[in-house]
Amino acid sequence: MRQSFSVGIGGAAGQGVATPGDIFAKIFSRRGLHLNAYNAYQSIIRGGHTFLTVRTGPDKIATTDGRLDLLVPLNQDTMDRHMRLLSAGSACLYNADLIKPGNPADGVQLCPIPVSKLADISRNKVAQNTLAIGAGLSMMGVGFPALESVLEEQFRKKEKAVVDENISLARSGYDYATQNFKPFAWPLPMTDDRYAVLSGNAAMAMGGAAAGVKFYTAYPMSPSTGVLHWMADHARKAEIMVRQVEDEIGVINMAIGAAHAGVRAMCATSGGGFALMSEGLGLSAQAEIPIVVIDCQRAGPSTGVPTKTEQGDLWQMLGAAFGDYPRVIAAPLDIADCFKLIPEIFNVADRFQCPGIVLCDLLLAEGRLSVDPKDLDFHPVIDRGELITSNGSGEHEAYKRYKITDSGVSPRVIPGVPGHTHTVSSDEHDEDGVLISDEYTNSVKRRAMMEKRMRKMEGIAASIPPPQLLGPANADVTLIGWGSTYGVIDEACELLREAGISVNHLPIRWLVPLHGDAILELLRGARHTIIVENNYSGQFARYLRSETSFVPNGNIRKYDGEPFLPHHIVEAVKEQLAGKTNLSVPAHEIMV
Amino acid sequence: MATEVVNPQAIVMADFKGKVDPDWCPGCGDFGVLAAVQKALVELQIPKHEVATISGIGCSSNFPGFIDTYGMHTLHGRSLPVATGMKMANHAMTVLVTGGDGDGFGIGCGHFVHATRRNVDLLYLVMDNQIYGLTTGQTSPTSRIGMKTKSMPFGNIESPLNPISLALAAGATFVARGFSAEQKHLTELIKQGIEHKGFSFIDVFSPCVTYNHDNTFQWFRPRVKKLEDNPEYDSSDWGAAMEKSLMWGDEIPIGKFFERTDLPSLHAAEPVLKKGPLVQQDCRIPPDIAKSFIDELM
Repeated sequence: MRQSFSVGIGGAAGQGVATPGDIFAKIFSRRGLHLNAYNAYQSIIRGGHTFLTVRTGPDKIATTDGRLDLLVPLNQDTMDRHMRLLSAGSACLYNADLIKPGNPADGVQLCPIPVSKLADISRNKVAQNTLAIGAGLSMMGVGFPALESVLEEQFRKKEKAVVDENISLARSGYDYATQNFKPFAWPLPMTDDRYAVLSGNAAMAMGGAAAGVKFYTAYPMSPSTGVLHWMADHARKAEIMVRQVEDEIGVINMAIGAAHAGVRAMCATSGGGFALMSEGLGLSAQAEIPIVVIDCQRAGPSTGVPTKTEQGDLWQMLGAAFGDYPRVIAAPLDIADCFKLIPEIFNVADRFQCPGIVLCDLLLAEGRLSVDPKDLDFHPVIDRGELITSNGSGEHEAYKRYKITDSGVSPRVIPGVPGHTHTVSSDEHDEDGVLISDEYTNSVKRRAMMEKRMRKMEGIAASIPPPQLLGPANADVTLIGWGSTYGVIDEACELLREAGISVNHLPIRWLVPLHGDAILELLRGARHTIIVENNYSGQFARYLRSETSFVPNGNIRKYDGEPFLPHHIVEAVKEQLAGKTNLSVPAHEIMV
Repeated sequence: MATEVVNPQAIVMADFKGKVDPDWCPGCGDFGVLAAVQKALVELQIPKHEVATISGIGCSSNFPGFIDTYGMHTLHGRSLPVATGMKMANHAMTVLVTGGDGDGFGIGCGHFVHATRRNVDLLYLVMDNQIYGLTTGQTSPTSRIGMKTKSMPFGNIESPLNPISLALAAGATFVARGFSAEQKHLTELIKQGIEHKGFSFIDVFSPCVTYNHDNTFQWFRPRVKKLEDNPEYDSSDWGAAMEKSLMWGDEIPIGKFFERTDLPSLHAAEPVLKKGPLVQQDCRIPPDIAKSFIDELM
């Protein structure tokens, strides 16, 4: 089992759950520790229940695991909901003035903080939070200077008195815990590594900047809004034009206009906004104007559960817009991959002049991960494909925008170049861009143009890597996942191996085109295959079957809005191996 | 990126002749609009490779195919967002948006209001025939009350939208109305619209000779009165423009209703574009900026 330490902070929205979470995350990453954070929340600005979990440790931490070492309940509701997650060796830090502890399990250390004695609560409404941060770090064996410098940064925009007050408050909490509470048995280690901590949304936005995106459009929609926020905050430094548009129909069409003018254009949304973008996706494919659209999936359908995660949009992506057309769909495997995937998919979209779809989800979009800064490469390969940007000497053949070629790709001119005027068209057209749909519909030209566009799929398939099996080739169980389940399946595999079950993992990143033959080849020797996905109907299982006829031995699915935890998969694999069921739907034990 | 070898000769009408001839019905009002646009571009001597003509879907939206420029034939109602993206990415281009009343005031009305308030520097020409033509004659957002169409065979009971008032209310900085049969006047409006630095809207009466038997050339001809013929009319007076926009009946004003030049267009207001057209800027993030983005996360 990976050595790790988890802190849970909960309260009502507006009570300031995020700040302690950020402070802990910063201190952990600066100690050279990995971390993963997940915030469970609702669509409410004040009130409700928000529960942030930060898990840290010296090894790679790709998921939270439901276990808590330290609980910081900022209100009674949080105490009542989560006390049962604590077990021997863990502790609960709470405001002794306001919160009653209930009945903890044996070996749980209750740490009441006399907040009104240590702070002037009439002046500082979040005094309990700062005291608890100080106390918690003392118990973790973290020296006070680490906290002091983070607090200085946190409040750097405020006057010095505010900074001093917070540092002195944190110090009181720290000293009080040193004198009154027992430190954790496992003091937090330290390494020489340093990590960047970022959300998937920030990673995708930065990946876009690295890919050379110059135009970004969006309409706010959870959980994708973080991409817009990063873009808007950094637009001037990154020299990206960022526009908030009236609706997602406008968003995608504006992106298409900018892409046609010759820049890389990107937009992000969630399932509902994506539904509005569908027709535009068809335009991108038909007019052969490359764009990249990010879908951060949330639990649907309709408005669904706006603040909860799901992998329920796969078939929407597969079937988005009418007609057959080339498209590329990829799902990032983790938050670091959210960054890396964007330049890759832009290169494919640009080379093959078609839409690229990034199928992310709330778990990655809003989760936080420690990432080696070296993995945030701002100088990736940029391949714009066959672009004509100048008329050179002025001598050239008559330009045909949709010239029929073996690859299906026709060189694309950037508007403004003399001698290359043409019309790009949503209607079916001939090689010259002249519409064939209105006056003389020509079946020979239509067929040739369909085949030209669809031929691009062969080139796309050849340009993307096939999936790979992780772990021993000859395992008892093969777990198949796609996108964001990568981290949790990886840890479940480790736990299963410790329990004596040999297991390997097939994560799928490129969904369309799917390397069906390569997948069948990898699964040929598999003894017991299980598909793990965060939806009700097994959308990937159905897709894999439609593409390859492959049917797994079992499925593990979850559609309660919360992500998988490693033990959910471990227990499900065990029950399936014991022959109890071939469809496991783990229950989420954390009530948020 | 736009470059180097440019035609040194004067720009003439033949330069803008499209790859195919228009397939509009004989006598369609759109012919007059096409000719006026071509004339305006010739009079302004704008090379065709510096012009983008962008449309939605409908009879009049086939326009980009009938003029030789960088054309885009997009989705029904979506020409304005596409054109906005195009203009933002390359504001050196002259952007013309062409379409009909169904495309612009029906399915695309939301975009019309927002492109207007954004003051995107483009010319939006609506060939308004008060009917859906390409779908063979249904009621449009500008069809008059009582008009009988295939979708309202017993007569329209919904009030028509007033494009001029709507554009004024949405904050358009150039608002005009033309008539396809008034070629010289329309050409002049188009030239002014192209030269105006901001969102220019021209609603053009472009009669449908096949499906609209109410609002015909004959119906419009005695009614249209040029605002330019009235020396008293002040097109910088928004209130007067709004008042004029409500006139409909025996006298229907055409001409420039309103223009203001004190507001920056969207691309002029955007700091990122101060360095020049986006498409000509370097797309790589400089190493020191990239480092600062990562440092924020450490």
